[in-house]
Amino acid sequence: MDQIDLELARGPDGTLRVALAGDWKLARGIPAPVGVIEEIEKSPLPSKVIFETRVLAGWDSGLLTFLLAVLTRCTQLGVEVDRHGLPEGVRRLLALATAVPARPGRRTPEAEPLLVRVGDATIGWWRGCGDMLAFIGEAFLSLLRLFAGKARLRRSDFLLAVQDCGARSLPIVALINLLVGLILAFVGAIELRRFGAQIYVADLVGIGMLRDIAPIMTGIIVTGRTGASFAAQLGTMEANQEIDALRTLGIPPMDFLVLPRLLALSLMMPLLCLYADLMGIAGGLVVADSMLGISPVQYLLETKHAIRLNDLFLGLFMSAVFGVLVALAGCLRGVRSGRSASAVGEATTSAVVTGIVSIVVATAIITGISYVLGI
Amino acid sequence: MSSASEERGKTGPKITVSDLTMAYGSSVVMQDLDFTINERDIFVIMGGSGSGKSTLLRHLVGLHEPARGTIFYQGTSAGFWEMPPPERERLLRRFGVLYQGGALWSSMTLAENVALPLQEYVQAGAEEISAVSSLKLALVGLAGFEEYYPSEISGGMTKRAGLARAMALDPDVLFFDEPSAGLDPVSSRRLDELILDLRDSLRATIVVVTHELSSIFAIGDDSVFLDGESKTVIASGNPKQLLAESKDPRVRAFLTRGEETNRG
Repeated sequence: MDQIDLELARGPDGTLRVALAGDWKLARGIPAPVGVIEEIEKSPLPSKVIFETRVLAGWDSGLLTFLLAVLTRCTQLGVEVDRHGLPEGVRRLLALATAVPARPGRRTPEAEPLLVRVGDATIGWWRGCGDMLAFIGEAFLSLLRLFAGKARLRRSDFLLAVQDCGARSLPIVALINLLVGLILAFVGAIELRRFGAQIYVADLVGIGMLRDIAPIMTGIIVTGRTGASFAAQLGTMEANQEIDALRTLGIPPMDFLVLPRLLALSLMMPLLCLYADLMGIAGGLVVADSMLGISPVQYLLETKHAIRLNDLFLGLFMSAVFGVLVALAGCLRGVRSGRSASAVGEATTSAVVTGIVSIVVATAIITGISYVLGI
Repeated sequence: MSSASEERGKTGPKITVSDLTMAYGSSVVMQDLDFTINERDIFVIMGGSGSGKSTLLRHLVGLHEPARGTIFYQGTSAGFWEMPPPERERLLRRFGVLYQGGALWSSMTLAENVALPLQEYVQAGAEEISAVSSLKLALVGLAGFEEYYPSEISGGMTKRAGLARAMALDPDVLFFDEPSAGLDPVSSRRLDELILDLRDSLRATIVVVTHELSSIFAIGDDSVFLDGESKTVIASGNPKQLLAESKDPRVRAFLTRGEETNRG
């Protein structure tokens, strides 16, 4: 007989006999303990509850939860329970489950009023700003130590970072900037052809790429690629206490972890940007040659006429600034990360967001200044 | 020790490992492993650090495919890697694994950690599942900790919560990877007692990877000793008998913490 069966019977001496039969397994649908509990609660209270399990075919956690609920109620009511009728395994597990008294469950914190939350968020933001400034300050001091020859920077770490954010970024930088140059030329070509001024596509692509688009695109690619990787690396190191291990040895994590990354990225960014410039111009050239009937030589000559060295330097300068910003954002979020898998994820997200926002803000500022200065 | 398995009645083999070679790529970790794990035994896999104990455990729980040889589980149609995938998945549900660091999912509360396997595989209402997960937590002494997150509890509690999750589906076989690593002696002994209790009450087979001598002697019914140098099993049997009878200097050194060799 495998059907789950539950029988309750009161004896003449006031004992309540609970007979269990069948296969008491969770997957078979265990009866709710409420029925038994109600029977126990009926006045007069039973003098004793005894269990009868001789025809019990099988059991698992389902039976245990059922019994635990019944036993807990009995203890509350002060009703004696005779567990001898239960299988030995069940008795042992019940003893184990009740061996350590339950700690009172934790309170779920109540939702705070709006003003408190706004206040907390504002204070948090203010502290975050202070934190960021402190971090930048530390990084600057660390840089000074480097120039004084006192920073503990490992050459191999630096070269590894150079390889990672430089050479390994080339394929994606090439692809994106080639396509952006292509798109820019397409967009320009449609309008310029109406005036018969197709040749100025070269000016548009050359100046646009050099001054703004190549640095910004490269900056965004590097944020997603390298900035995120910095944050994840350092965040995991923080989670593994690797950063603590450096601190206790008296090695400033700033020198050891942040500086190589910061230097590598700010040195590599202008190089990547230069490469991106060339790729963008090549993209424009493809469109000019294939759609507008401008020969490559014509295109390149026009480009050479159109762009000034200042345009190039402005773009390179911007990309170096982006390199510093992206590296700082990535390292800051990584080092300040919490110690769990989700905290590392948050740190990475936040590094990318901070990186992109700071790139756009920096572009706006630099463009404004260069306009005023007439560069 | 009067064999515990005799007291519990004669039991058959639960897991049979034959001619097993484990390798990462071309580097062989262990070779020619042949042993049997009996039902309802506590089987200890011991050996020095880096001898391949945890690798063997990864093979037993199906996380890593053997380079050669078979692992056969009683009641299945073929060796683990030879059986059809659906059967393999059904078999995996009968396993409970306690990982070294607990491996609790950090974004879930303890109750949710225990409830997840139940929600996936057991047809039962939310209330029953929550009752079962509370029960499992109570069994490991964590009653009332349902709403805590893994980051809010201590290392010993994390281990025990991991054990509660391993037991969620009432497994036939429980695997423990270094259960007492990082625990204080008292917690570690409690965990040993818990393991013994669970074996007797859950009627499960338990496989423990450890190099903790006190645990090995306290709970082990049977064991294999892995040697990293020769890359194979160099001794097997009840740990206490091994201590009394083994002549192999490597086994003796391990089981006596090298004290005999130092004196000799």
